[in-house]
Amino acid sequence: MYQTTNTGYNLEKIRKDFPILQQEVNGSPLVYFDNAATTQKPLQVINAITDYYHRENSNVHRGVHRLSVMATESFENVRQKIAQHINARYSHEIVFTRGTTESINLVASTWGKKNVKKGDQIIISAIEHHSNIVPWQMLCEEVGARLRIIPVDDAGEMDLEAYRDLFNEKTRLVAVNHISNTLGTINPVKEIVEIAHDNDIPVLIDGAQGLPHGSVDVQDLHCEFYCFSGHKVYGPTGIGGLYGKEKFLEEMPPYQGGGEMIKSVTFEKTDYNDIPYKFEAGTPNVAGVIGFGAALDYINNLGLENIKKHEDELMHYATTELEKMDGITIIGKARNKASVISLLIGDIHPYDAGTIIDHFGVAVRTGNHCTQPIMDHYGIPGTVRASFGLYNTKTEIETLLKAINKVKEMFG
Amino acid sequence: MATIKEKEQQIISEFENFDDWMDKYNYLIEMGKSIPQIDESQKVESNLISGCQSRVWLTAYMDDGKLYFKGDSDAVITKGIANLLIRVLSGQSPDDIINADLDFIDKIGLREHLSPTRSNGLVSMIKQMKFYAMAFKAKKAKQQ
Ligand SMILES: Cc1ncc(COP(=O)(O)O)c(C=O)c1O
Repeated sequence: MYQTTNTGYNLEKIRKDFPILQQEVNGSPLVYFDNAATTQKPLQVINAITDYYHRENSNVHRGVHRLSVMATESFENVRQKIAQHINARYSHEIVFTRGTTESINLVASTWGKKNVKKGDQIIISAIEHHSNIVPWQMLCEEVGARLRIIPVDDAGEMDLEAYRDLFNEKTRLVAVNHISNTLGTINPVKEIVEIAHDNDIPVLIDGAQGLPHGSVDVQDLHCEFYCFSGHKVYGPTGIGGLYGKEKFLEEMPPYQGGGEMIKSVTFEKTDYNDIPYKFEAGTPNVAGVIGFGAALDYINNLGLENIKKHEDELMHYATTELEKMDGITIIGKARNKASVISLLIGDIHPYDAGTIIDHFGVAVRTGNHCTQPIMDHYGIPGTVRASFGLYNTKTEIETLLKAINKVKEMFG
Repeated sequence: MATIKEKEQQIISEFENFDDWMDKYNYLIEMGKSIPQIDESQKVESNLISGCQSRVWLTAYMDDGKLYFKGDSDAVITKGIANLLIRVLSGQSPDDIINADLDFIDKIGLREHLSPTRSNGLVSMIKQMKFYAMAFKAKKAKQQ
């Protein structure tokens, strides 16, 4: 049942780590194919959070008492772990946030407000998540700047020649996603950064889907900012981070005001704390941070290469089988793709397809996936999207194929 | 003309004949195909009720103190459920429409389609039908 050619990858054992996968939906075993929206959590993560509340809970950076010291240590260890995981030079280059969305908003409202002025331009692409469109749109509206869009071809790949031509003396920033949550395209972010740097322009990468699908090396990418969410890499919701190059973080004004982000406060003047604390006002999500750390340990123990190999195998299998079926259109056929498949079944509306597929216990996503502009580009209302994670199996893909056949039968 | 409650009961009885979910959906799909469709020319922005997932168009007119609806959707299942709602509410008085609780949807096991997270436009469609009823009622009160 759990066949894989990935030797050393014990799928049966791995699945036992995820309590949620043991349940039934609509009378069938749950098949969870909505990993691009959020991933399930292994016991190792759930237990780390419970243990923290059982044994260590206290406020961080505030007390000399034993618990506070322990909590602070665990908390800061995770910062270091994340820094190592994405190969940041320093752990103070990692700022904890609620997730990718908050990280992008943080940069837009600090670095953005300081550096983007009336008449300036920000470059994004046509396949961005709304989280990497709206914060820039809001900034543009406020200061009188405008967005320039890197076009995407029918395969779902960015047109790098057109991108080169977007730069001019008004350009201030490039903000693009690492991996598209809708089409699965792995974008050539290293090249995108190089081109931006040739023009002396900094780059922010929306890494929400980058972190879960392979190794990330921010020094190799050379990007100025990299944003990510814990819940997309088998960690808890409500925690994520922003990597920012030291020099950039230091020059940025603070984000929110409050405790933790200050050195001294009088009614006349406040001295801000050093990075990263300058951007972490208020009591942080300590339990979330601990859970995030446990999630990184979990995937590193399995091996990022092993996970990627497994996901690629699922992806290849699903794509091959789907292409054999009549009337299936796969939307997004980039040469370099992560384990996300968007598809259309004949001209059946994704909402109709999703409703029937759900009755087979299969969780797929339908709709525009918070990427309306790319749906408009293809002239479709949305797609059915299956996205695979480290615990999915070929047998589960067969269930999806069966469900799709049923959809065709019912609406055909 | 049957009352709203009677029509709801009729639909509940029809749905009791189905053994499983698939029969139910096949019936909805049939319904979706047979809805009194809005003219293409009426499928305009002002008649559009936008859900994030599927789109619904709705028009209404008053005749002899009763309110009549026509609707359409780009998704067949949404259209089928829209058709059920129209069957129940069309031809009723504005007051009855305003007060309808429409719990038949729950009783025939389609409640999940009215959850806001589905964002298929149906919740907004019901709201819009009630708005029409209120608006026609207010207009009538003014005329008298
Ligand atoms: C590419 C991409 N960017 C940004 C986000 C937003 O992430 P979050 O909701 O965790 O802030 C997502 C998640 O849906 C995503 O897939």
